[in-house]
Amino acid sequence: MVFEILQFGFIQRALISGIAVAVSCSVIGLFLVLRRQALYGDALSHVAFGGIAIGFFTNIYPIWTAFAVSVLASLGITKLRQSTKIPADSAVAVLLSAGLATGVVLIGLSGGFSLDLYSFLFGSILLITYNDQLMILVISLIVLAIMYKTYKKFMYIAFDEEQAKVSGIDVTKLNYLFIILASITVIASIRLVGVLLISSLIVIPNITAMMFAKSFKKTLLISIFTSILCVIGGIVISYDMNLAPGGTIVILSVTVFIALVSIKYLLKAFKVQRHKTMQVNTIDR
Amino acid sequence: MQEVKEGVGGGEEVVSIKNLSYDYGHSLSSFALENISFDVNIGDIIGIIGPNGAGKSTLFRCMLGLIDGYKGDIAIFGVNIKKSKKVLEKIAYIPQQRSIDQSFPATVQEIVSLGIVGRIKLRSKQEVLSAIKTVELEDLKDRRIGDLSGGQQQRVLIAKALVNDAKLLILDEPTTSVDVETQNKFYSLIKKLNQKNKVTIIWSSHDLDAMNRLANKLVCINRTMFFHGNTQEFFASSELLKMYSESIMQAHMRMHSDQKLNGNHFVGNSIDR
Repeated sequence: MVFEILQFGFIQRALISGIAVAVSCSVIGLFLVLRRQALYGDALSHVAFGGIAIGFFTNIYPIWTAFAVSVLASLGITKLRQSTKIPADSAVAVLLSAGLATGVVLIGLSGGFSLDLYSFLFGSILLITYNDQLMILVISLIVLAIMYKTYKKFMYIAFDEEQAKVSGIDVTKLNYLFIILASITVIASIRLVGVLLISSLIVIPNITAMMFAKSFKKTLLISIFTSILCVIGGIVISYDMNLAPGGTIVILSVTVFIALVSIKYLLKAFKVQRHKTMQVNTIDR
Repeated sequence: MQEVKEGVGGGEEVVSIKNLSYDYGHSLSSFALENISFDVNIGDIIGIIGPNGAGKSTLFRCMLGLIDGYKGDIAIFGVNIKKSKKVLEKIAYIPQQRSIDQSFPATVQEIVSLGIVGRIKLRSKQEVLSAIKTVELEDLKDRRIGDLSGGQQQRVLIAKALVNDAKLLILDEPTTSVDVETQNKFYSLIKKLNQKNKVTIIWSSHDLDAMNRLANKLVCINRTMFFHGNTQEFFASSELLKMYSESIMQAHMRMHSDQKLNGNHFVGNSIDR
């Protein structure tokens, strides 16, 4: 069945774009999770919603307005956090509320919710055009190239920001760079799962990987593998069963996470039980 | 304040602090440091002692360039750090012990390799393994950092400092909340780094016994500096030891009055009983 659907151009574009988004979300998402900024993905997507609404209101292609608004808002909140020491979760709340509220007001003024807007809210990977695919690929490549060159510095900042600063790393500039990369990754991912579900693509594969891997490299590889598996699986299942692709991908991610957690704890309980049995047998002898 | 005596380390000056003062700017007890001046020569092990709230961590933060608004001058390897912070890359810093997130997905080897961010990869891997060997953690190099004990995590941070080829190591109360055996292993490591790797060490601690055994010079601060000189001189002087005990009492009283002014009640303090 999988090979049959591969002949369709829209499926090919969906899979290529989906894999690109899966990889870039995994990479950016791991650092967001390590920096305890997992909800930033959610906040950025809600700000993007505000940007999309500006696009609908001004008749500009919504993705471009989403880019502009997301990058500016994330730089602003990063600057505010550094200047006033606002806690990360409060900054998320500010971003999230402002983005969503702006979106709701402008959508109302633009004549309410339309089919196009629903595709941004919930994703429309099967409707991706060639230009959308090109944009997603270019953004993903830029993000991955920059992260490949700087990932150790970001890892050091996530491990201990103060020590990273002392070692000569320009933490301030890198924090700004990171939030820009996170913003553009979120925008590129909107077509896949939509504004409302993007944070799950950022967080779930990474926390799944962190349960099993000891090393940073293995964590990243497992996260990327899990993400790609869920994206491909989600697209194929959604096409076959006529389900919303964005939601299907996320449900699959959550299912994989729950299944692996359950297996891990069952194995642990089994080992503990076996150890206790062996101890009892030893005492009896 | 006692006069500065010639240290055992001697030689080239590594750190020079002149009239360092720092004011947090709050209305309550705002001066964290007042007129601190001392020098550190190559090969010294300098002990910084003082009660809690004396300004030890603030002193280190000024030296590391993490605080900018201080008065006075700090020169590291002859470079005033207000003019250039590049020289700070030669310093390794182990902060006051904090627990590393158990879920942080990095092995010991990966954390140690953070010490060489930006250097040539091929040469660096050997240095990483050599640093891990120096701190006797070769068997644990593939373990997740969060799975290690507090003392082992401190040794990982020291290995990270070593691989950075740091010539000055600053340790902020490194043996807080570790057991005696781990403390002793840590002190042996410090001695080895100083004698074999020629690392100059500046170290704050409440462990006066360890200071007596390891440090060749002491700096005693309680916001101001009331002693800077040879360790033997400090421990031989009952007057200085009395001043140190009094500074601890003053710190308790200061903390008590700060909390009262803040509306907090200092309940259960042994001084109050």
